[in-house]
Amino acid sequence: MAETIKMTKPLISAEAISKSYFKGQHKIPVLQGAGLKANRGEFISVIGQSGSGKSTLLHVMGLLDSPDIGEVILDGTRIDNLNQKARDQLRNHVFGFIFQFYHLLPELSLLENVMTPLMIRHSIFGYWAKRKEIRDAAMDIINQVGLSHRIKHRPSELSGGEMQRGAIARALVGKPEILLADEPTGNLDAVTGRGIMELLNSLNENQKLTIVMVTHDEAIAAQAHRTVRLAEGRIQLHAREDAA
Amino acid sequence: MYKLLLCVRYLRTRYIALASIISVMLGVATMIVVNSVMAGFTSEMRDRLHNFLADIVIESRTMEGIDDTDRQLAAVEAAAGEYIAAMTPTIDVPGMIMFEDPYNGKTITTQVMIQGIDPESKGLVGPLRDYLASYNPEIEDGVVIREAERSRAEPLSWELTASAARYREEMKRQEALEIRGAFEDDSLSVTNTPHENRAIDDSPDFDPVSSNPSTNAAADESKPLDDDAFLQDPLVKQPESQIQTGAYPARVYIGEGIVSFQAQDPDTGKLHKVMLRQPGDDIILSTVTVGRPPEIVKMNATVVDSFRSGMNEYDTSIVLMNIKELQKNRGMHLDNAITSIHIRLKNYDDAPKAIAALQGAFPPGTVTIKTWEEKQGLLLSAVEVETAILNVLLFLIITVAGFGILAIFYMIVVEKTRDIGILKSLGASSNGVMSIFLYYGLGLGIVGSTAGVALGLVFVRYINQIEDGLSWVTGRKVFDEKIYYFFEIPTYVNPVMVLSVALGAIAIAVLASILPARRAARLHPVRALRFE
Repeated sequence: MAETIKMTKPLISAEAISKSYFKGQHKIPVLQGAGLKANRGEFISVIGQSGSGKSTLLHVMGLLDSPDIGEVILDGTRIDNLNQKARDQLRNHVFGFIFQFYHLLPELSLLENVMTPLMIRHSIFGYWAKRKEIRDAAMDIINQVGLSHRIKHRPSELSGGEMQRGAIARALVGKPEILLADEPTGNLDAVTGRGIMELLNSLNENQKLTIVMVTHDEAIAAQAHRTVRLAEGRIQLHAREDAA
Repeated sequence: MYKLLLCVRYLRTRYIALASIISVMLGVATMIVVNSVMAGFTSEMRDRLHNFLADIVIESRTMEGIDDTDRQLAAVEAAAGEYIAAMTPTIDVPGMIMFEDPYNGKTITTQVMIQGIDPESKGLVGPLRDYLASYNPEIEDGVVIREAERSRAEPLSWELTASAARYREEMKRQEALEIRGAFEDDSLSVTNTPHENRAIDDSPDFDPVSSNPSTNAAADESKPLDDDAFLQDPLVKQPESQIQTGAYPARVYIGEGIVSFQAQDPDTGKLHKVMLRQPGDDIILSTVTVGRPPEIVKMNATVVDSFRSGMNEYDTSIVLMNIKELQKNRGMHLDNAITSIHIRLKNYDDAPKAIAALQGAFPPGTVTIKTWEEKQGLLLSAVEVETAILNVLLFLIITVAGFGILAIFYMIVVEKTRDIGILKSLGASSNGVMSIFLYYGLGLGIVGSTAGVALGLVFVRYINQIEDGLSWVTGRKVFDEKIYYFFEIPTYVNPVMVLSVALGAIAIAVLASILPARRAARLHPVRALRFE
């Protein structure tokens, strides 16, 4: 068993991450040596109660936050100590984020929201030169999530499920290697949530997309290949193989 | 790219930003309007000052003047002839004017500056024709109420116009009839002053009488003669030829402000100019001789014309008189003395060189040589300082608009905290987020400045219509032509001024957005995402 784990080099691993926040004078430990490994093409769910530090772990892995102690390693390279510019580049190229509250930009239409990561990637002139490619790529992804009829709509004119599909499209448009999902169904009813989970599963199966999903819902978590349980900043149960 | 897209969207969707756009716009428009009007007034005032004063004025240090006009003019010509286009000898002397108000019969006495001029050469130095009433149509409220009585081609002279001569004849005849009825109490007539001068003047170097023209004496003596005739036999009708109607040898162009006032028409409420003295009327001037000590000398003079230079100060205090008569009355005629020479240069830029050349032509200490700007230095620099201070104050208004932008941007940054977190999670750099808000400030400045420039220029273009509207609304004249002598508010739009005001406003908008933009850039993505 130990042999096989050694043989497959993880795509991303967070090792012995500790992180605490200050609330006024009080130091509140959030993560206390938590670690997580994800292989290429794996769909991992991280489950835990609110306050268990699961979102923070996800933020640290996605370079939105820095660990106090510990390392984040992408494809064998440590990335948590890179400079700001490189971290911005990695967030744009390697990671795709989905949030519980969708976090679409309210001033932009769905299509513009989906194109945003590519607009960030390219300068004005680069964007101008490639505007057709970028638009086609965004339209392609929007078709995949089944929203091609709503591209001109503002987020406020979309339903929750549509917004989350839009957010997934935005996360995928930059062709990331790892999708980091923070309670993607947390704000949706059961039926819509199931639809989102089906979409994530099909992305994982068809495109071999590596997904790390944080949730507090056992039923949702169970749809991943593997579930990691987090409590009080530490990993509780590791490596549960799942048929799904 | 996202920066531009977002800042354009923010501009279009944040209506609160409109407040800052409007404040920038108003600030810019105000600056442009005020500057244009100030520049219009200033250049108009400079023109009027300049035209009346000529480019360079050589002035004697004393009222006695310098002898020998011809020699002086020749000396000036020799010293700086290459720069000079025209010059005219002038005598400046303070004096008093006295005339009867025809409406209430009271005698008006006021202090004036008597300027002896030679109209022909004066007309070459300054636009004298533009000032004289007889060469210009009389315009009231934009309507011509009297055509020009003389053509522009007619040479400048001391002759009465035909209509003025007729008026004078009629008036004199009328006077003669009145005198026949009421016995003489003619306080306004002066009896032959030069004779009196001779009686009391013991100064050896001055004898005004020797050249006292016989016409003058005849004119002055004619009235008593007539009166005697009437007294002897009031019933005998005098032949018209015996009534003296010829003008006095001393002739004046009188400043319009001295002999006129604005009266409101009780029916229409419109202002009309009422002239107390017409061309053809007589006035009495008194001034001092060049004797030691100076003696008072009185002159009967006939008004030939009235002038209006547009400088209120001049129009209410200056009487232009024929220089030869003034010389005679002041006893300067023997030496042909004058007190100043007015010079127009071919090119005003040569003034320093011309002045340097002229300094050598006169004995040291006898004259001062100044450009018109130096002569009016105090006034001009006061206007300049005024403009500068006004600009500083107005720019403070735009700075206030800048603080408005700062506050509003801070608010928008707080409102957009979550969006900033999203952008960062998508890989936007801190600099990228900062430039969204800097672009935002820039865009706001550009929009506000452009709108302000447009508003300001439209306001300046239609300022007279706006003034009419304001006058109509408030019921009182906002811009009083009576005070300024302008029928329209003069404006001058300086493109450099407009551009620098617009750029200054844009710069302030960008500067004001730096602080909020830095705050946005420093937001921690996770905390920004958690922000509700």
